[in-house]
Amino acid sequence: MNRFAALLDRLAYEPRRNAKLRLLTDYFRHTADPERGYALAAMTGALTFKEAKPGLIRGLVEERTDPELFRMSYHYVGDLAETVALIWPAPGHQEAAIPFPQGGGDIGPGHNNPPHVPSLTEVVETLATMSKSDLPAKVAGWLDALDETGRWALLKLITRELRVGVSARLAKTAVAQLGQVEPDEVELIWHGLEAPYQDLFAWVEGRGDRPETSNPAPFHPPMLAHPLEDEDFGKHAAADFMAEWKWDGIRLQAAAGRDGDGRSVRRIYSRTGEDVSRAFPDLLEALAFEGSIDGELLIVREGRVQSFNVLQQRLNRKAVTPKLIAEFPAHLRVYDILFEGTEDLRALPFAERRRRLEALVARLADPRIDLSPLVPFASWEELAAARADPAAVGAGPDAEAIEGCMIKRADSPYLPGRPKGYWYKWKRDPYLVDAVMMYGQRGHGKRSSFYSDYTFGVWRDGPDGEELVPVGKAYHGFTDEELVKLDRYVRNHTVNRFGPVREVEYGKEKGLVLEVAFEGLQRSTRHKSGVAMRFPRINRIRWDKPAAEADRIETLEKMLERGEKEVHPLKDRQTERSKA
Amino acid sequence: MALRSTDILTQTPQGLYCPLGDFHIDPVRPVQRALITHGHSDHARAGHRSVLATRETLRIMGVRYGEGFAGSTQEAPLRESLRIGDATVRFTPAGHVLGSAQIVIEAGGTRVVVSGDYKRAEDPTCLAYEVVPCDVFITEATFGLPVFRHPDTRAEVRKLLDSVALFPERAHIVGAYALGKAQRVMALLREEGYDRPIYLHGAMERLTELYKSEGIPLGETPKVAASERAKLAGAIVICPPSSIQDLWSRRFPDPVTCFASGWMRVRARARQKGVELPLVISDHSDWDDLCRTIRETGAGEVWVTHGQEDALVHWCTARGIRARPLHMLGYGDEGEAEEPQAATAEAGDGA
Ligand SMILES: [Zn+2]
Ligand SMILES: [Zn+2]
Repeated sequence: MNRFAALLDRLAYEPRRNAKLRLLTDYFRHTADPERGYALAAMTGALTFKEAKPGLIRGLVEERTDPELFRMSYHYVGDLAETVALIWPAPGHQEAAIPFPQGGGDIGPGHNNPPHVPSLTEVVETLATMSKSDLPAKVAGWLDALDETGRWALLKLITRELRVGVSARLAKTAVAQLGQVEPDEVELIWHGLEAPYQDLFAWVEGRGDRPETSNPAPFHPPMLAHPLEDEDFGKHAAADFMAEWKWDGIRLQAAAGRDGDGRSVRRIYSRTGEDVSRAFPDLLEALAFEGSIDGELLIVREGRVQSFNVLQQRLNRKAVTPKLIAEFPAHLRVYDILFEGTEDLRALPFAERRRRLEALVARLADPRIDLSPLVPFASWEELAAARADPAAVGAGPDAEAIEGCMIKRADSPYLPGRPKGYWYKWKRDPYLVDAVMMYGQRGHGKRSSFYSDYTFGVWRDGPDGEELVPVGKAYHGFTDEELVKLDRYVRNHTVNRFGPVREVEYGKEKGLVLEVAFEGLQRSTRHKSGVAMRFPRINRIRWDKPAAEADRIETLEKMLERGEKEVHPLKDRQTERSKA
Repeated sequence: MALRSTDILTQTPQGLYCPLGDFHIDPVRPVQRALITHGHSDHARAGHRSVLATRETLRIMGVRYGEGFAGSTQEAPLRESLRIGDATVRFTPAGHVLGSAQIVIEAGGTRVVVSGDYKRAEDPTCLAYEVVPCDVFITEATFGLPVFRHPDTRAEVRKLLDSVALFPERAHIVGAYALGKAQRVMALLREEGYDRPIYLHGAMERLTELYKSEGIPLGETPKVAASERAKLAGAIVICPPSSIQDLWSRRFPDPVTCFASGWMRVRARARQKGVELPLVISDHSDWDDLCRTIRETGAGEVWVTHGQEDALVHWCTARGIRARPLHMLGYGDEGEAEEPQAATAEAGDGA
């Protein structure tokens, strides 16, 4: 387990795909069966034990630590599993845990026999069979035996929060690289295999035959789009492209086929090849076709697409109950087809695939699956207008779930990855406003040691002259480097402290101007200013700008009245900025 | 009758002050007479009228600030008592960096120990910490939370060497404070049998030479020439923390960003700095060692100068030890975040 933990630890910090691959391959090469197979299962989400609740872990640590010290530590670290992993008083290391002995005397040196360090195999096999009531004692024993990194990995594993930036696809690619096998070949047989995958390893290492399973509904790596840059307009003719709305949902691939016995096999994959079928039984029911289609997961209630927040509420629930399905009905809005039956359509032009897709959707005639409509346009200007106001060109009430446009070459083949020159995403411009920082708050999780959440305000007329009224709070949009500077700014300009919040200096003569970008405005009675921003973020820090020149509340009022009707809500500002 | 602790030591804007001997300890502003615990720039500043410190600390200050860093200097021989005014003073090893010392003050039957920064873990580049029983113990709390338990440094260094073996085509850029941490990392690498040259950023050079001249073997440590950077595939390069993310380090072949610091224990900290290989190596006491040291001194009263004061004060209070936080400004504090960016190479407490 410590070895697996060391791998996860290293992966969690490594940003480069190729380096991750090397770390994974190195681990698989130097780790024996069945341990490496369970590691592969852990990283591909194929382990099936029942997860431990955070409450169980809290309970264990509370029995062993001073509650006040635990509270301070948790506040500092920001992550429960990590805090517990670090604070856990291992035997022989109990300074923090045990009250000072009355009348002096030292704490003994701890156990003479070091506790048995569990392997990942032991952990997985035990969890699969153990009764719930035995779990706490077992977990405590493991935590005693492991080091800090081992404890962290164990806690993440058993609470099913293992996220180390490795997709299922990457893990399978690493396995393929143990031998002379293409990752797609692993993909094709993957869904017939089971942990600990001894047959798979034997095959890729040339010690055994190709496992006798084939996946009738395999995953194929999706095609991704580039963000559209200003200069792209000049390079491309509008007539060569087709456009769709960009939906604010989750990209999915739905695949269906027949196994050797003629039974229908249906699967839903995430963008990275994770099999997420179990989370969407309602959608699975609708996959009455053979082939592979590409689309966006949305929640549609009474024919109307719901916001991403609503979708998130479904994704956040672990148990998929009939009630959840009824309340959050899953919907697939499709925009491409990769296979029809066993026919590979990926080399066909996009326009041709689109016709095949339209025919398929029409045959399905299922309200849970529909087409993402094409957005008609004759020039880039026309598309810009459509993008700025989707409702006016037929998006109707769904306009709120539209993030912008997807622009695809009509002759584009379906290529895995992010090939250049074919697909573009063109997001809507955000609104911008210059506001003054008023409060800084300590962040959570990985930013718990920084003042990373900023409340900002704009000017309005108050009883004693102009005053700042808070209009929102933002905690992203800046780089790590800027975060360091903002954090230092908060610390050096604090005038008041309220728990984790610091009030900073602000006024006509002093204060830091933040250029805030946001996606929309709503009236709000909960906010003192009467308006609430959607997705505000720090677009730029205006170290140079005097606070007195920040925007006034009237600017926001006007934006609110205008709604999102204008083509370029930012036009003036952008020209001002490009001059600056 | 024994003196009260506050008769011996008080807190002034300049730092801790002993009225009986009319001197400050590690003052943050220029004073008449300064006693300096160690050479980190948040403790040892230039411009005092007179400075009393260990021979090594005086040398370090000379390297950092030039020979005229104080009006006059006096060497404090370790473990020998000196009379200053109505106080008796003695310097004892603190185990933090080369030359680091605790300052023991005695007057009227009361003994106060100002520990400065200290650690209990083994360090081949400096003398080990010596426990001095006392009435009042003045401690730092840089890592004063029970989540900070520094691991075995050898395992951390092996992590680095394993990575060098797995990625022989990449340069490993290790951020480490120029005084103490850098040399300790070099010494640890040598102990693990690494005998290739260890390349240094220019900011490391003079202090490393000073360590070598004090008889600490660090092997071959060439300075990286600008023209050479692109050729250093597979090399280990040590540089100031501020350089690991800047242009300087990007010239190396596909660099692996490493950082040797106690802060690396917390993932969020490592990520914020864009570190890919965190090495938990600290020159400060971890939580267990802070608690152990307080107990071993037998002090009935503890003052906590800087760091995570609240947790340590809580721990003391729960054990019947009177304790108070001093919330002193100008020292390491809770993070590098507050250090002036440009000065990190020189400044910086060896967290
Ligand atoms: Zn310090
Ligand atoms: Zn120091």
